[in-house]
Amino acid sequence: MITTNKPVKPASLAVTNLVFIGRSIRHSLRNTEALLMAIMLPVMLMLLFTYVFGGAIDSSGDYVNYVVPGIILLCAGFGSSSTAVDVSNDMTNGIIDRFRTMPIASLSVVTGHVVASLIRNLFATGVVLGVALLVGFRPTGSLVDWILAIAVITLFILTFTWLFAAIGLVAGSPSAASGYGFALLFLPYLSSAFVPTDTMPTWLRGVANHQPITPVIETIRGLLTGTPLDNSPWWAVGWCLLILAVAFIWSISSFRKKAGRR
Amino acid sequence: MNQMAIEVSNLRKNFGKQIVLNGINLSVPAGTVFALLGPNGAGKTTLIHILSTLITPDEGKVRVGGYDVLTQQDQVKQTISLTGQFAAVDEVLSAEENLIMIGRLSGLTTAESRQRTVELLKAFDLVDAAKKKVKTYSGGMRRRLDLAISLVVSRPVIFLDEPTTGLDTISRRALWEIIKQLAKNGMTVFLTTQYLEEADQLADRIGVINGGRIVAVGSSEELKSHVGGEVIELLNADDEVIHTIPTSGSIEDISRTLNELVRSVPVGTRVNIRRPSMDDVFVAFTSNAKETMHA
Ligand SMILES: Nc1ncnc2c1ncn2[C@@H]1O[C@H](COP(=O)(O)OP(=O)(O)OP(=O)(O)O)[C@@H](O)[C@H]1O
Ligand SMILES: [Mg+2]
Repeated sequence: MITTNKPVKPASLAVTNLVFIGRSIRHSLRNTEALLMAIMLPVMLMLLFTYVFGGAIDSSGDYVNYVVPGIILLCAGFGSSSTAVDVSNDMTNGIIDRFRTMPIASLSVVTGHVVASLIRNLFATGVVLGVALLVGFRPTGSLVDWILAIAVITLFILTFTWLFAAIGLVAGSPSAASGYGFALLFLPYLSSAFVPTDTMPTWLRGVANHQPITPVIETIRGLLTGTPLDNSPWWAVGWCLLILAVAFIWSISSFRKKAGRR
Repeated sequence: MNQMAIEVSNLRKNFGKQIVLNGINLSVPAGTVFALLGPNGAGKTTLIHILSTLITPDEGKVRVGGYDVLTQQDQVKQTISLTGQFAAVDEVLSAEENLIMIGRLSGLTTAESRQRTVELLKAFDLVDAAKKKVKTYSGGMRRRLDLAISLVVSRPVIFLDEPTTGLDTISRRALWEIIKQLAKNGMTVFLTTQYLEEADQLADRIGVINGGRIVAVGSSEELKSHVGGEVIELLNADDEVIHTIPTSGSIEDISRTLNELVRSVPVGTRVNIRRPSMDDVFVAFTSNAKETMHA
């Protein structure tokens, strides 16, 4: 019973992807601490910003409507950052060697983590929105606005997840991956997420207005609460697609490069 | 598959300035067990990684199952299965989940994967731990699972990089039986080991790698006879071996050697004369890289 005579043909790409997605979802569900953090942290931040800082930033009491889109992005960025660690773990553990010596598309192991991150983060976004409604968030968007907003959020999560996956692939160790990922998480603070950019000093305003997070936030804010959209959606989608393409190509090339070294 | 499961000619591999493999020539007939011996850092793992398409050779021809490892990677991957030096298992999943996952990735249906998982869990004595996360396993259990995973589907050529390192005597012997069974079923086994007895027990042919080259190849008998005849061991009062001296095995050589020794060793030294072992072969071929032999 040690050997089998069953002739097998290699798993199809669809099956390979499904198996890896299932694996990554299992990993996510078993890493309860990370899962809880990904949901708790944004909720705490929201409570902090609405009840503690909110009065000081905007005493009209309307701050919650302003800050929710920012919290959603912060949550998505934070949630997808764990992909860097997941991918790096796989790349430094012997298991990647096993996948590489099998007749399958082994990059699918990364795709599995990306899809799991997408599912995890959309769920966390839902929780954040639920809490937001409880603390007084009053969106005015129509159904179409909501669908568009969710599409933009999904694209944003996908983009940042691939970016973190690429970071996980180039990082030498899971803790390095976590460190690099952490640096990226400051981006939302330097955007219009928490305060309008025209309250910032000129030099900072320049940075904040021209970084990818600001148009994404302005788009979600406009769709959900009716603030002016201007060109934001185009910039948001443009930025995301550009970063997504770069991250994807970067991932593939560093995956291949590692193949020759280990 | 053709006659030779593994064919390597003039293989070279450098890591930066360090020459790791410096012209390896090797062939392993299909259906045989080949053991590769060599000191730490000799390049055994590097060679296995090249044979299993994980890293690319700098120079030379490498064919596995008749397929070129550079240009026919997919065919090579369908021919081989690898158990690396360090366990390649998913720590977050259970043994059962690991086996089913690899079954699905190998092209089995879910039902077939489950059935095969049951068989392998039994064969590798993992039934009790089947549902526990691998994170909680002992080193030996992990190793056994790693091997079981490599056998989910049967590939004609199997690479085992130090398969019994970290196993206790009972598990080691059980694994030897499994390897013998694989060979009996017609698989080609290419293994590396630090345990010379293991090579002696399992391998049809043994290769010794040192200084980036294969310095000796042959059956264990051939290698032992090349090292010479009987070996003289000097033992101190505590029965520790303090010196080994190879001889040609003739009575003249042995008595002459003993006569010379009697003048130079401390009083009370005792002597033991025995057949050369694989250890002697290993020392003979790896202490002096210049000596080469092809049996
Ligand atoms: N990815 C790498 N980059 C640089 N040097 C490497 C790399 N892999 C191996 N080496 C070097 O190549 C040499 C051979 O290593 P290898 O792992 O093949 O030895 P080995 O015979 O398997 O040793 P051991 O018995 O300790 O497992 C070592 O000196 C090692 O430092
Ligand atoms: Mg090794």
